[in-house]
Amino acid sequence: MYETIGLSVAAIFTLAVFSFLYKENPLYRFAEHIVVGASLGYSIVVTYQRVLYPRLVEPVSHGQELILLIPAIMGLLYVTRFFPRIAWMSRYPMAFLLGTGMGVAFPYDMQTLVLRQIQSTMIPLYTPGAPWFDTLGAFVIVFGTLSAIIYFFFSKPHKGPFFGFGSKVGIWIIMIGFGATFGFTVMGRISLLIGRVQFLLGDWLGLLN
Amino acid sequence: MLKHLELLLLVAALPFGTATAQTASPGDPGEAAAAVTVDSLAAIPTVEPEVAAPPEVGPATVLTIQDFPNDAGDHLILSFCESPNPECVLAYLVMRRTPGAPDSLGGQWAVVKNVPSGDPTEIVDGYDPDFLVEPGTQYEYRVDVLTLDGRQIEGPAVTPNFSPKGEIFHTEKLKVLIGCIIFIGLIFLYFKRAQMGHELYLRPIPGIDAIDEAIGRATEMGKPILYVPGLSSIEDVATIASLTILNRVAKKVAEYQTPLRVPNRDPIVYTVAEETVKQAYMEAGRPDSYEANSVFFVTDSQFAYVAAVNGLMTREKPATNFYLGMFWAESLLLAETGSLSGAIQIAGTDAITQLPFFITTCDYTLIGEELYAASAYLGREPKQVGGVKGQDACKGIVMALVTIGIVLSIVDIFTGGAADPSKSLLLKLQGLVDVTSLE
Repeated sequence: MYETIGLSVAAIFTLAVFSFLYKENPLYRFAEHIVVGASLGYSIVVTYQRVLYPRLVEPVSHGQELILLIPAIMGLLYVTRFFPRIAWMSRYPMAFLLGTGMGVAFPYDMQTLVLRQIQSTMIPLYTPGAPWFDTLGAFVIVFGTLSAIIYFFFSKPHKGPFFGFGSKVGIWIIMIGFGATFGFTVMGRISLLIGRVQFLLGDWLGLLN
Repeated sequence: MLKHLELLLLVAALPFGTATAQTASPGDPGEAAAAVTVDSLAAIPTVEPEVAAPPEVGPATVLTIQDFPNDAGDHLILSFCESPNPECVLAYLVMRRTPGAPDSLGGQWAVVKNVPSGDPTEIVDGYDPDFLVEPGTQYEYRVDVLTLDGRQIEGPAVTPNFSPKGEIFHTEKLKVLIGCIIFIGLIFLYFKRAQMGHELYLRPIPGIDAIDEAIGRATEMGKPILYVPGLSSIEDVATIASLTILNRVAKKVAEYQTPLRVPNRDPIVYTVAEETVKQAYMEAGRPDSYEANSVFFVTDSQFAYVAAVNGLMTREKPATNFYLGMFWAESLLLAETGSLSGAIQIAGTDAITQLPFFITTCDYTLIGEELYAASAYLGREPKQVGGVKGQDACKGIVMALVTIGIVLSIVDIFTGGAADPSKSLLLKLQGLVDVTSLE
């Protein structure tokens, strides 16, 4: 009984959102507002149950990990935004988050986006006995990476044999890469659409076996 | 997997086997036909069904517990000795508790790792988010044996004479530290040069040049500007780059008195975006023009956010849409709707998988690092321009290293290093930037 009602509600909302393909209409607007409100309410409950209660309220109420009170107070400083006279206090947690965010991200990005990428590009161009397409692949990786980096040089004009030609090759390599990504992602989206149509025709209407 | 199946079959077979034995005797037709009196039945001795005694399985014991090196004190390495009867063991359950703590805070035994029989007997505890290892907490461990017939045999509990401690410096990250110092040093060097008045050139980027034009278009049409600062958190570099651009856009918007809409998905980004826009209006000398509702929080659910922004686009029909920041699957949904609404669209992200969608649906797209450089382009402040120049110098180092790699790869072909890794100069150079041990 409840399952049938749940299926029907899901199907009606799916159709309401699909109706946007025709044009913006009251049915879509209704679905939009319900989804936004429900998702927000749900996330508040989940945040309390999964984060605030087990990670803060429970340990602190047992007198353990009292150091957690510091981030809790910093979090509460956000509430000062509701009081214009002390709203400036909300800038402290913001500054803290921005600073720590950058501080944590920088070495991590250096490791994964710079050093690891350099290492992966330092590959032998030719390995004795390797098939020709491996050698071709190595050339594409090494020279493709170099030319793509040239494209992202901002302080040099893209002119001349090095920066001019290099950046042209670079943007071609980037676009070919994007083309491949586009095709791959579209395939994924089509499978999502198929899943939704299967839900409507199979789970809801029972027209599919 | 096979062992799990074996256990399942074993458990499933037991009750069926018993049921068959109980129902077969009275239902046997031969027996029913025989003229057997009640007295003679009573005379038949009762035969107890023979149940094989479960085989003796010895317990597993904890061998060593060590502090994990180069961590924040949130991991422990545990090794254990297998049961003396491994043929009867399905898996080992590594159990942990915090002596003296309430049950809800790890005071009772909990399985922190399930090790199938035959797998390595050394594990690292602390990776499971439900059972985190806290620095400075004394833990107690035991390893239980889960037998093939479903019994759980407790092992002896062991309490290490230490608690997990973190290290100040991760010694294996020395290469990362050197890289950071070089890159930061170069950026500061160019900061300094820019401050000293050196003229630094920046090549034109069409997407950035179009920002002013797009704001002007919205002003002329009297329609609002929609600015989506991405869906990521404030820690994301793309979000920070986006908020810096938002400052420039908001300043222009304040000057032109154009309505601005900034829907947010992340609550922290929302507060920072609100501050940014407010500040921009003040810098433009028009704090009174700032609308409190121009920056607003929608929801933190990805697709609910998209539904709301799409609705806003179709209802308010903004003349210009900016999508700058980090995006995921929603990029095409947003940009396609914006395109249908007839808005001029400028996008920018460092999400490689989403860039193709923006390129196909938007008028201008800032690709990857162009987004980071956009702020310097818009403001032309010496410090920021110096930063871009410094980043170019860093790219130069990367290119130099890769080029040296090419040269060494060619040298290896002639010296035999290509066939023999021990002679390879390229591999030696690769070792300088090798960070695979950190993954």
